[in-house]
Amino acid sequence: MTETTSDTIIRMFHVHKRYGAKSALKDLTLDIFKNEFLFVTGRSGAGKTTLLKLLYLGEPVSEGQILVDGLNLSRIERKGIPALRRLFGIIFQDYKLIPTKTVYENIALVLEAAGRKPSMIPKKVKSVLRTVGMEDRANAYPPMLSGGEQQRVAVARAAAGDPKIILADEPTGSLDEEAAGVILSYLDTFHARGATVIVATHDKSLLRRPNARIIQLRDGQQWSSDSSQSGDAP
Amino acid sequence: MKRFFQRAIKDIADNRFLTAVTVATIAVSILIASAFALFFMNAGDVLTMWQKGIRMMVYLKPDTSEAARLDTQFKLQAIGGVQEVVFVSRQDAMARLKEQMQRHLALLENLKENPLPDAFELTLKSDTRSSAELRLLSERIATLPAVAEVEYGRQWIERFTSVIQLFSLAGYAIGALFFMATVFVVANTIRLVLYSRREEIEIMRLVGATDRFIKIPFYLQGLLQGAAGTILGLGTLLAGYLSLISHFKTGIASGALQLRFFPPATCAAVVLGGALIGWLGCWVSLKQFLK
Repeated sequence: MTETTSDTIIRMFHVHKRYGAKSALKDLTLDIFKNEFLFVTGRSGAGKTTLLKLLYLGEPVSEGQILVDGLNLSRIERKGIPALRRLFGIIFQDYKLIPTKTVYENIALVLEAAGRKPSMIPKKVKSVLRTVGMEDRANAYPPMLSGGEQQRVAVARAAAGDPKIILADEPTGSLDEEAAGVILSYLDTFHARGATVIVATHDKSLLRRPNARIIQLRDGQQWSSDSSQSGDAP
Repeated sequence: MKRFFQRAIKDIADNRFLTAVTVATIAVSILIASAFALFFMNAGDVLTMWQKGIRMMVYLKPDTSEAARLDTQFKLQAIGGVQEVVFVSRQDAMARLKEQMQRHLALLENLKENPLPDAFELTLKSDTRSSAELRLLSERIATLPAVAEVEYGRQWIERFTSVIQLFSLAGYAIGALFFMATVFVVANTIRLVLYSRREEIEIMRLVGATDRFIKIPFYLQGLLQGAAGTILGLGTLLAGYLSLISHFKTGIASGALQLRFFPPATCAAVVLGGALIGWLGCWVSLKQFLK
């Protein structure tokens, strides 16, 4: 890697994560670059989800340091966590949409929570829904949608706040190949607009994407780091 | 703030049953506590009215000379707490008695001599009307040499005052109990709402919502539920009061007794208090839930 530290958006130094006696991550040191498309792969239990959770302080680090966009996570107090999380757009395997709110409301919530001007919110929500092809389902409730549609809404919600980093935890885990391809194409769209995209997946078919870096975890440790077919990280 | 209000109203609509339970609980608590308060207020009015009308009668010994009478009158006028001293001769007292007992005049006509003593009728200052002050004053007057007896319906006033005080204490205890019970019920109802929406709250946190953003609609819900419950409780009490008044209209109108409901300012203060109870219940719940 030839990048300088000014190109990095996430830096992890000798990070350990333990749940009691069990280690989920061991001595992980990793730089993630601005506008990079990174796959974190490995078998179930390798530590992929844990790695993502540590980044948005879904879990505290047991040992080591993590810097996200210049913020040292070990120094962030409880009241600073929402601001950290607004740096991210997070996509979960189980979508995590609020079933009692419409598609529109689910996405608007992110913008309201970020304190966006109320007059700007409808325009922004329509824009991201248009990007993921869900504009006509704005008034539907999540339980009325298919899995693929719910995941598209989740992608739209993750991108709505114009986050610097999009985290996707097994975003295609419960989708068929076609729907998975669609979701990945939307992640490409947001990556092309400047976001850093980090995808945790054990689906090897996704890794064929060009211009992406692949980190493989095994038993909580970094096993290998490769670039996919057509290029390297930026 | 408008958006928070909209979210609070939507949450209330989405949780109609729990909201109805909370509002009804607050309404019943406020109804009972306010009924007590209304009773005390009117009982206090009655006591004040009776105390305003208190005349202290100072009866003189049968053989009191004119000089001793004038001396006693002078000393009574000098006592603090006495506003006016009027001499009522035994002849005047008999005339009054005859006027009051016109249907039984024959009884009085048969008397060989007037048994009534000379007396002074004292009007008291407004700040000398508690039963303790009245007792002290009467004891002091009784020490005057020409005074045979002092009377002002002491036992009756003292009993009534102590009954009112007892009820007041019970009222405060019941008020405190209902306050705590209401806060507890509101807190638990809100907790049920929070548990039913814990996934939604977790998602809100994951997308970067601050605790303030999550809490404010709940606080508004608490305030609205508290205010609505209080208005319902007070409204029910007012309906009961109006029904009582119309039922006993004749009896109340003929006497000097004037029953009254809480003035508008007090009603507004009670509604505000109810809203604060709702808020407090929310605060207790959220504090535990969002730890």
